[in-house]
Amino acid sequence: MVFKHDVLIVGAGLAGLRAATEVADKADVALFSKVYPTRSHSGAAQGGIAAALGNEEPDSWEWHMYDTVKGGDYLSDQDVAEILAKDSIRAVYELEHMGVPFNRTSEGKIAQRNFGGHTRDFGKAPVKRACYAADRSGRVMMDTLYFEAVRKGIKIYPEFNVVDLIVQGGQVAGLVAYELATGEIHFFHARSVLIATGGYGKVYKVTSNAFASTGDGLYLTYKLGIPLEDMEFVQFHPTGINGLGVLISEAARGEGGVLRNNAGERFMERYAPTIKDLAPRDMVSRAIFTEIREGRGVKGEDYVYLDLTHLGEKKLAEKLSDISSFVKIYLGLNPVTDLIPVSPTCHYMMGGIPTNTHGQVLDVHHNPVPGLYAAGECSCISLHGANRLGCNSLLDLVVFGRRAGAHICDELKNLPWVEPPPAPESATRERIGRIKEKASGDKAVVIRQRLQEIMTTECSVFRHEETLGKALDEIRALEERYSRVSIDYKGDRFNTDLTDALELEHLLALGEAIVACALARTESRGAHWREDFPERVDGEWLKHTLAQKTDSGVSITYKPVNISRFEPKPRAY
Amino acid sequence: MEKQFRIFRFDPAAGEPHYQTYTVSARPEERILDCLNKIKWEQDGSIGYRMSCAHGVCGSDGMRINGVCALACQKLVRDYADSIEITLEPLPFFKVLKDLIVDMDDFLARIESMRPYLIPADPPPEKEYLQSPEDHKKVEDVIRCILCACCTGACPVMRENPDYVGPAALVWAYRFLYDTRDGEFMTRLEKLNEPNSVWPCVNYFECTRVCPKVIPVTKSINMMKREIKKNLPNPGGE
Repeated sequence: MVFKHDVLIVGAGLAGLRAATEVADKADVALFSKVYPTRSHSGAAQGGIAAALGNEEPDSWEWHMYDTVKGGDYLSDQDVAEILAKDSIRAVYELEHMGVPFNRTSEGKIAQRNFGGHTRDFGKAPVKRACYAADRSGRVMMDTLYFEAVRKGIKIYPEFNVVDLIVQGGQVAGLVAYELATGEIHFFHARSVLIATGGYGKVYKVTSNAFASTGDGLYLTYKLGIPLEDMEFVQFHPTGINGLGVLISEAARGEGGVLRNNAGERFMERYAPTIKDLAPRDMVSRAIFTEIREGRGVKGEDYVYLDLTHLGEKKLAEKLSDISSFVKIYLGLNPVTDLIPVSPTCHYMMGGIPTNTHGQVLDVHHNPVPGLYAAGECSCISLHGANRLGCNSLLDLVVFGRRAGAHICDELKNLPWVEPPPAPESATRERIGRIKEKASGDKAVVIRQRLQEIMTTECSVFRHEETLGKALDEIRALEERYSRVSIDYKGDRFNTDLTDALELEHLLALGEAIVACALARTESRGAHWREDFPERVDGEWLKHTLAQKTDSGVSITYKPVNISRFEPKPRAY
Repeated sequence: MEKQFRIFRFDPAAGEPHYQTYTVSARPEERILDCLNKIKWEQDGSIGYRMSCAHGVCGSDGMRINGVCALACQKLVRDYADSIEITLEPLPFFKVLKDLIVDMDDFLARIESMRPYLIPADPPPEKEYLQSPEDHKKVEDVIRCILCACCTGACPVMRENPDYVGPAALVWAYRFLYDTRDGEFMTRLEKLNEPNSVWPCVNYFECTRVCPKVIPVTKSINMMKREIKKNLPNPGGE
């Protein structure tokens, strides 16, 4: 059977949904999700969405733009940050009109709270810019957009893993998907494909990310020779539940929570004297690890405390109820009376598929690939630069998801149906056949866990040439082992043993790209901290990294940063 | 410690349903999902179950654990310290596709029948719709729903009357009935007055007991019943 739609969107999280609802009335669009609908990881976003509505106190989009650029340690493209900050206000009202149940001010407006790195008057003091629905902001936004998609009658292919992208003569012809329920492999013919597959936190051992966050979309394009941008910039969220990595929202500090070391000291006062616990995530995570390294971790172990005990039961119940329940369920503690053991957890990837501000994917010569788009965490526009601010990610998804959808609609008239090659799914059949036919070999879990350990010990918050080099060698050895990967279950129904093994190929390649880019960048900027090069060096390094997959490894080139408004300055808070 | 898991196995292409027992080492603070993963990754890759976020937000891993519907990622080994064996089964009432994976399409269709989206009476204002914090509070509990289907799997009425729309669909009906920005109050109420909507609920409270997000499901259904009695001339079609 031939499947045919004008537009295929890979990923049904917020970026994919927002793009799909934009296209729905104008063209035939279908959404693919490797998980069942409403399980996408946008739903795990807790704290909120940033917009300078000024509902609680004076605010302006220019301050928001400045914070985004400074938060990104000046690696953000400023034309992109400007679009985001200006459009945020419309985007949040649009979500509200669609039904998102935001918390309210006493006047009935959308309530706003403080969040890390968001300030008034270009860094003078924290500002209330985060619009929120308790601590389940992502979930209610995704549900709202999901049912909006249903209302518009958008075709959804649930539990379809997109495994290959078909490009003919430089233009998109469609994709190949593996149907989880039946094991069938299908080709979908299309004029345009939007990749919106989210992050790849599963490269790391401790992460707030879902099992589904394996970077499938990035690998699809990377494999085709399209570069990946700024892969060395990996965000570690300061407050994961220690050991588990489950996220405790920055909203906890936005509402007044503070971090404490083994002596009970509010140590962020030393690292960011102006905004303290509300400093950007890269700085807070570094501060936590510095405390731990200098012997001030709690009980001599690798964690510190998040103290919410002064917030009171009412505030915790009304504004932070999900995280309160996580603390109760997983730690058996009550945040009203107990301190919460936290440590940094891999949370967000600033790097991804390079795109322009319309979401068009750019090749290594910075030219758009006709018909190919990307949006959301899998993309790198580059908005978040070297470190994303909290609440800018949900905003990114709806602002740039919509823009990509709109541009696809405009471009469709210029995108003919490209004749696919004969049997476009044959490469996928071979790839799956190779794994299934092995009677014995290495189990995917063994290779995956080793990769996650290497990435966590050698390429997390602090990095060094020696350990990065070692990591790169070991990942290459794991890639070699991967050629012998075998699975237990050869059947066709819901074979997640097989999809786990397929995804491991993605994780290995992305891990290698992260380490190679981190090794090449001999400076410290945002989330990328080199102990052997602890200074930011604008003269040499104010540029984006592009990593391309070649037969001999990762080839690295660079491209300039757009600086339109704010000249780089030392970054202090 | 060693823990035994008795897991429901069924592949419609390969024969009759049965149980298979596995032994795995587990720490008290580990999630049931962690144990299931260890079994799958290390012992038997053929076991089918859904999972994604692993901390009770995505709603993928609803199943029956020792007879009670719950999320495998929200229950810890120590919660079953007294059980020699932990039994994992698919959600009751649902059609089993493989092992612990059930067909959710009909469940979602029932929710969609409640028109789970805002239908305002007037075009939107330039900025946000105004809504008081008190009005927002009316939906504060029900917006916690993650569509995991534990309530619907646990509901005894579902087994007696498969046409009953079920507790989750009613939670979504409630969420829009009491959203003050919505303009369809009476139409929604009439829909809720249909024979297989609110009325088959007879207060077993099983949905409320199992809800992983602690939504007062039964109470919400009863509130809607009262609302119908107050506003419609023929509650329950009388």
